[in-house]
Amino acid sequence: MENAMTQKVVPNRLTNHWLRYVLRWETFLLLVTALVFLFNSFATPYFLDPWNLSDATFNFTEKAIIALPMAMLIICREIDLSVASIIALASVSMGLAAEAGVGPGGLVVVAVAVGIACGLFNGLVVTRFGIPSIVVTIGTMSLYRGITYVVLGDSAFTDYPDGFEFFGQGYVYWVFSFEFTLFLALALVFYGLLHHTNFGRRTYAIGSNPTAALYSGIKVNKHKLVLFVLVGALSGLASVLLTSRLGSTRPSIAFAWELSIVTMVVLGGVSILGGAGSMVGVVIAVFLMGLVTFGLGLLNVPGIVMSIIIGAMLISVISIPVVVGRLRRAREQRK
Amino acid sequence: MGTVHFDGDRPTKNTIRSTTKIIAMTQQAAVFALRNVTKTFPGVTALDGVRLDLYPGEVTALVGENGAGKSTLVKTMTGIHQPDSGDIQIAGEVVRIEDPEAARRLGITAIHQETVLFDELTVTENIFAGNYLTRGRMGRLDWPAMHERTRQILSDIDAPLNPKARLKGLSIGQKHMVAIARALSVDARVVVLDEPTAALSHHEIKELYGIVERLKNAGKAILFITHKFDEIFAIADRYVVYRDGAFVGEGLIEDVTEAELVEMMVARSVSETFPKQTVTIGEPMMTVTNLNHPTEFADINFEVRAGEILCFYGLVGSGRTEIMQALFGLSKAATGEVRINGESVAIRSPADAIKAGLVYVPEERQQQGVILDLPIFQNISLPQLGRLNPWGLLNETREYDVARAYGDRLNVKASSWDQKVANLSGGNQQKVVIGKWLATQPSVIILDEPTKGIDIGSKAAVHRFMSELVEDGLAVIMVSSELPEVLGMADRIIVMHEGLMVREFTRAAATPEAVVGAATGGLAA
Amino acid sequence: MMSALLKHRERFLAMVILVLVLAVGAITPEFLRPTSLVGAFNDTSILIILAMGQMLVILTRCIDLSVAANLALTGMAVGMINAAFPGVPVPLLILFAMSMGACLGAVNGFFVWIVGVPAIVVTLGTMSIYRGTIFLLSDGAWVNSHQMSEAFIDLPRSVVLGLPVMSWIAIATVAVCYFATHQLRVGREFFTTGGNPTAAFYTGVSVGKVQFKAFVVSGMFSGLCGYLWVSRYAVAYVDVANGFELQVVAACVIGGISIMGGIGTVLGCALGALFLGVINNALPVIGVSPFWQMAISGAVIIIAVIANSAAERNQGRIILRRAVSKRDAQVQHQEA
Repeated sequence: MENAMTQKVVPNRLTNHWLRYVLRWETFLLLVTALVFLFNSFATPYFLDPWNLSDATFNFTEKAIIALPMAMLIICREIDLSVASIIALASVSMGLAAEAGVGPGGLVVVAVAVGIACGLFNGLVVTRFGIPSIVVTIGTMSLYRGITYVVLGDSAFTDYPDGFEFFGQGYVYWVFSFEFTLFLALALVFYGLLHHTNFGRRTYAIGSNPTAALYSGIKVNKHKLVLFVLVGALSGLASVLLTSRLGSTRPSIAFAWELSIVTMVVLGGVSILGGAGSMVGVVIAVFLMGLVTFGLGLLNVPGIVMSIIIGAMLISVISIPVVVGRLRRAREQRK
Repeated sequence: MGTVHFDGDRPTKNTIRSTTKIIAMTQQAAVFALRNVTKTFPGVTALDGVRLDLYPGEVTALVGENGAGKSTLVKTMTGIHQPDSGDIQIAGEVVRIEDPEAARRLGITAIHQETVLFDELTVTENIFAGNYLTRGRMGRLDWPAMHERTRQILSDIDAPLNPKARLKGLSIGQKHMVAIARALSVDARVVVLDEPTAALSHHEIKELYGIVERLKNAGKAILFITHKFDEIFAIADRYVVYRDGAFVGEGLIEDVTEAELVEMMVARSVSETFPKQTVTIGEPMMTVTNLNHPTEFADINFEVRAGEILCFYGLVGSGRTEIMQALFGLSKAATGEVRINGESVAIRSPADAIKAGLVYVPEERQQQGVILDLPIFQNISLPQLGRLNPWGLLNETREYDVARAYGDRLNVKASSWDQKVANLSGGNQQKVVIGKWLATQPSVIILDEPTKGIDIGSKAAVHRFMSELVEDGLAVIMVSSELPEVLGMADRIIVMHEGLMVREFTRAAATPEAVVGAATGGLAA
Repeated sequence: MMSALLKHRERFLAMVILVLVLAVGAITPEFLRPTSLVGAFNDTSILIILAMGQMLVILTRCIDLSVAANLALTGMAVGMINAAFPGVPVPLLILFAMSMGACLGAVNGFFVWIVGVPAIVVTLGTMSIYRGTIFLLSDGAWVNSHQMSEAFIDLPRSVVLGLPVMSWIAIATVAVCYFATHQLRVGREFFTTGGNPTAAFYTGVSVGKVQFKAFVVSGMFSGLCGYLWVSRYAVAYVDVANGFELQVVAACVIGGISIMGGIGTVLGCALGALFLGVINNALPVIGVSPFWQMAISGAVIIIAVIANSAAERNQGRIILRRAVSKRDAQVQHQEA
């Protein structure tokens, strides 16, 4: 029986061994990223040029912006596969609005509003009917993009008002594009949101155990709804950047982006089963994927081959921890 | 633990006497035996060098508290778990049971505690899944033969169900009969019944006893797992006692008394188990009027007062847990009025309930109670993050303060407050759940099977703590299937049967016979 | 009423399809001519076959998003073999396509069963890997009809007993699946695995192995469809059947296959595919742009999963009603 006299004082934390920091997934990612960076800078002399690097960021910034809320959604045990279709739908809406004479600022509002509406719809169907978000968003992925095809057929919007090109092509300071700066700012915001607010804590709680979270008084459905809306809103924002950068809207815009966005998140150490992951990891993963893409681009590897690499990365990144964990357990059992 | 091995003959008075007796009388050999079987899981030794002998035509009762290793034993016998070491013998030969299929081939069949059946499939298929009757060289399934055989087995056990009915339309008791029929469809030598009566009504239990009797006469070796002593003395020929995963003793039923069995089970006498304090009972804290649910319960009316422990007793599936979940705002379909501290409250979600001062310690601790992957302090602060951090920004110092205050009060044994709850023992996890709720300073606390699956030390701590809570003026509602706990702790007992409140007992008037009788439908209305 | 309709989903779907056909026929009577009806069914054959494989996968609580990419990759492979070696007999090519598809399916199954990666992730990954591999294989080039042998192109089109061979293949696939899921142990295992994995394990079924089998069958059907598609449209290129996996999933969901596993029927699934096929064929007939197809299948997926979830919602126990009526009877008895 326990005795009050001998009860030790329980400390808040045990002092962490330095190994615990070293053995983190983020550290490993950072190392790989540094290696890729080194490799690239040796492989080609053009790599280290600030302007080349800045150009390279355009390839991944829009995806990365969606990866931030997507990471929170996946930590919360849900997923949104319709993000690329939301981009398309928001882009078409901007095209229609631009035809009606809406200015650049108005277009941003339109895109974000459409994104919010799409996210709200996803979230409502998921939470109201208790249907797995994978299925719902596979459906809306085809629904949202289907609508863009209905509107555009095989034509395109190309007339956007003056000043609109700034969002996707403008620079804030020196080599820092508006897109990239926005991404950095949003990354900071999402870091704070996930790791330093009640909202972030609840996200982890729901992702680790939705039932216990509900039983602890968390409004699980409302929380998930907010996250779906957040993903939708940032998809709308990404649509602004992408449409502005391309200067046109075709129905196939951002096709299959959901795959690389999910890959970024998972590569960043977010568990596809929910409950674990960090914003730092996701941001490092974003840079890693950007660097790999850029490097392969410099080596003239065609885009479709990239999809092989991304697909393989997605599967292996999820498999590796499983296999390592199993080996470790097998070894412990042998002991 | 760990290095200590009990090899069967632990020198207590009982075991010495009975084991010598076995050696003297055992002419026939055990058809099934375990020798020195050990099974460990990360952090737990579930079975610690246990032994077991089952004889043809005899019922052996396995007795032990929660956590004694009973379910691990069943799973080891049926090929779901593999033992780390030790021998499994069938008719004297050492065998390996790699998977459930192998167990069936060896003639071992089990009725598991939780019904593991298929809701969407027919009664027939539930009985024959994995062991279909086939005809022809292609192995076509012979449905007519299976339906026929099903009808036969069901009429043998007096359960008139339509073989073609889908399982999801059946009651829990009927599902249990299907599970029993499934076990009987196999030509088995060894039949394991893991707490088979937990969800059965009075009548169905009688039926079951009849079935067990027939199995005995057919020469099967039967392992009957239960914690109801009347059952043990009614149908068992032998007993085996496990405690904390280790073998404690065995013998013939006729040589043992209930008190001796209990002593072996818990290694202490029963009277000191329940630290019930007399507390003056105050004003009503919660009043429930006309609580109804379309399918789970009806006409629920009761009140619970400050300083009172009110127990809900009933069979599994009698609607107790559903009532508590409805009160806690987890059931959309329930209707009725709830008053807490005199004020009418509308509870549509757990968040509403917590705000109103009503909290719920759920039955399924690991699924519903704690968040295993979060640290202790985050589990404790979770329900009131909004109050601790009104601006939405985390302040860990405040969270740690709350965690320490309640963790210390409940004597949670942890290495640090940021330790993951997953690494705590069951009892300490339960303390974290209770601490989480006390931190919200509730008026009414509902404890649903609060001591299920936790060790004896923690159990006593939970009971002591319940007494402390009522002394502090809280109202406590406890749902429990453990009669001693109910009789030991309750001021008042409400007995549920098939979704209705059938009897109410005061502490003084409650006798085990009357309470169980009401719960199994014997004294309805 | 809604739930009564959903209980007899097959009958309900069959009725909807009939009404749909008649309605389109009322607008454009030519649609009701036997040849165009046969044509509509023939056009749906590939969807039906793929839906059968997908059904098995979904029954075991997984999903296979790589079917269309698998189809395109095997289609490209047999197309290229046919172009390079026109002498290889077509039945051998079909056999090759089915084995290749099965192998690609086995890759999915391997990761799900042995490694334990969620099916959605695996097949999302292999979807883009297989698609990318087509480019590596063909270097982005097309295989056109003039490069294909006559036998290669003619087989699915040849008419037997009034129906093209391709339609017969679809009918045969449905028949085999029907037989297997009703009459064979191996078919029942898909239902037990998905219905309650724990209970299935207790009955001696290896859950992962059954999932593996489902992926192999799904892959095999995709391979078969790879040949059928390339032969029917007489062309193979990187983007063949791009996005078709969504139609396949939609067909299953409409057919009442629960995405939570364990619930569904072969007939329902086939009718779900037929429903989409009728819509796809009817749109151009009544003058709606084919660009509507994608939006419609998306909307139909959403509506169907919502309907399914409503149908699956627990009916609750009957025990309480019995208890209440028993008590009321007693009360009345005492009053009397």
